[in-house]
Amino acid sequence: MSLIDSISLPRSIRLPRADGLIQWIVPLAIIAVWQVASVTGFVPTRVLPAPSDVVLAGWKLLVSGELVRNIWVSFWRASIGFLIGASIGFAFGLANGLSQLSARLTDTTLQMVRNVPHLALIPLVILWFGIDESAKLFLVALGVFFPIYLNTLHGIRTVDPQLIEMGRIYGMTDGELFRRVIFPGALPSIFVGIRFALGIMWLTLIVAETIAASSGLGYMAMQAREFMLIDVVVLSILIYALLGKLADSASRVLERLTLSWHPAFQKR
Amino acid sequence: MQTALRASLPETELAGRANFAPHARVVREERPVQASGLPLSIRGLRKSFGDNEVLRGIDLHIPAGQFVAIVGKSGCGKSTLLRLIAGLDKIDAGSLSFGQEIQPEDIRVMFQEPRLLPWARVLANVEVGLGRDRASSDAHARAEKALIEVGLADKRDQWPSVLSGGQKQRVALGRALVSRPRVLAFDEPLGALDALTRISMQRLLERVWRDQGFTAILVTHDVSEAVALADRVLVIEEGRIAHDVTVNAARPRQRGSAELAGLEGSILSHLLSADDRT
Repeated sequence: MSLIDSISLPRSIRLPRADGLIQWIVPLAIIAVWQVASVTGFVPTRVLPAPSDVVLAGWKLLVSGELVRNIWVSFWRASIGFLIGASIGFAFGLANGLSQLSARLTDTTLQMVRNVPHLALIPLVILWFGIDESAKLFLVALGVFFPIYLNTLHGIRTVDPQLIEMGRIYGMTDGELFRRVIFPGALPSIFVGIRFALGIMWLTLIVAETIAASSGLGYMAMQAREFMLIDVVVLSILIYALLGKLADSASRVLERLTLSWHPAFQKR
Repeated sequence: MQTALRASLPETELAGRANFAPHARVVREERPVQASGLPLSIRGLRKSFGDNEVLRGIDLHIPAGQFVAIVGKSGCGKSTLLRLIAGLDKIDAGSLSFGQEIQPEDIRVMFQEPRLLPWARVLANVEVGLGRDRASSDAHARAEKALIEVGLADKRDQWPSVLSGGQKQRVALGRALVSRPRVLAFDEPLGALDALTRISMQRLLERVWRDQGFTAILVTHDVSEAVALADRVLVIEEGRIAHDVTVNAARPRQRGSAELAGLEGSILSHLLSADDRT
């Protein structure tokens, strides 16, 4: 009796919080091993600075205000570029998913453009826009466009036709049919697109900032390389990792809020 | 098998009745004879898909409020006939009339799949059935009443994905009933359910039909279901009505009675002899 109590009780109480922490065990362990390896001289600090040095470098940049400014600039570029690309991608996905004519008119063209790696356009984009903000926004928007477009299109095309027939039988207008059947049905697929797009958003932005920018995280890392500030370089990379994780978590929260009907998101 | 099924039945029936009967009476008092059935007249009805003529001249009169079952082999055209009656497909030739001008809400269909919106809670799914009245102020109340009728009032705030197959089909029935249809067409509505759930659903169908008096048209491949529910069983062969069998047994029907079993046997032999001829 007492044995059963001691096993089942803590488990039922502790599980939710333990689940949130468990994902951080591996990153923390890596940092600990890394610190030990640096302090003992196993890894030379010219190759990889100790985590404590990286934190110190971060603190200095934070105090000088440079870090916040660069993160803010990158964040702003990422969000605006994402919004532009995602809106256009969503609009095309809707149009081509709902209208045969629109799909026949534009889908082939879009598929051709899709097969050009968007980062290959960097030289062209620099010629067009210089190293202006618009260059970065253009690249991010272009990169984000395709996953959103493809997944919106796929989502709309795969809505259960039986449900659409049901909606029509029950007298739904086109607007209602879209709002109550087609859009919610396409939403899980749209979210897959959003999560892909978030990854591409960071990748594009960092590459663009590394090659052609005068501010932002990518620029900060390139500057640091010029002056051999390896701790700042590593710091930038860690910040990418954190921001990427943050974007992914945000989309998960959104997913859980809007897809609570989905069996995969029930329980908890 | 038969005895085992019947032995466990009274319990389900009692449970169902406890949920159901008192509310059903309330509904009836509040909405008197308004939702009575419509008669249906079909003359020389034909339908082809490409070169394949599925219905080759159907003549049929169904009096208002009759419960008609349509049986036949797969591909005989029974589902096509149902879709034409429900207005889901266009007729090629002939006529189909309900004797008066009808509203879309007067005819409802129930399919083998419940076709519930997975992203809408049970109550919202039932409200879909109100058609153009969805936005009216009493939509909630009417949907709730329909849920009580099918015995699922306690599930109103659930997602469809947590319901069992039988419960989903009952929500679909509630959605079909909520607009007080005057003709209700069933396309194998119980085909995907297990044997016990199927029997309790048949009782539910019989009960709501007797309460509301709509004209019921049931397409099924299960002859015992047809004789257990219907006033009249139509056997369709090669796009024509081959037999028209009247079932006079008293209601509520006693499943497994000698009378029904005899009828079932004779209808089955019709179907099987058609098989031998081809």
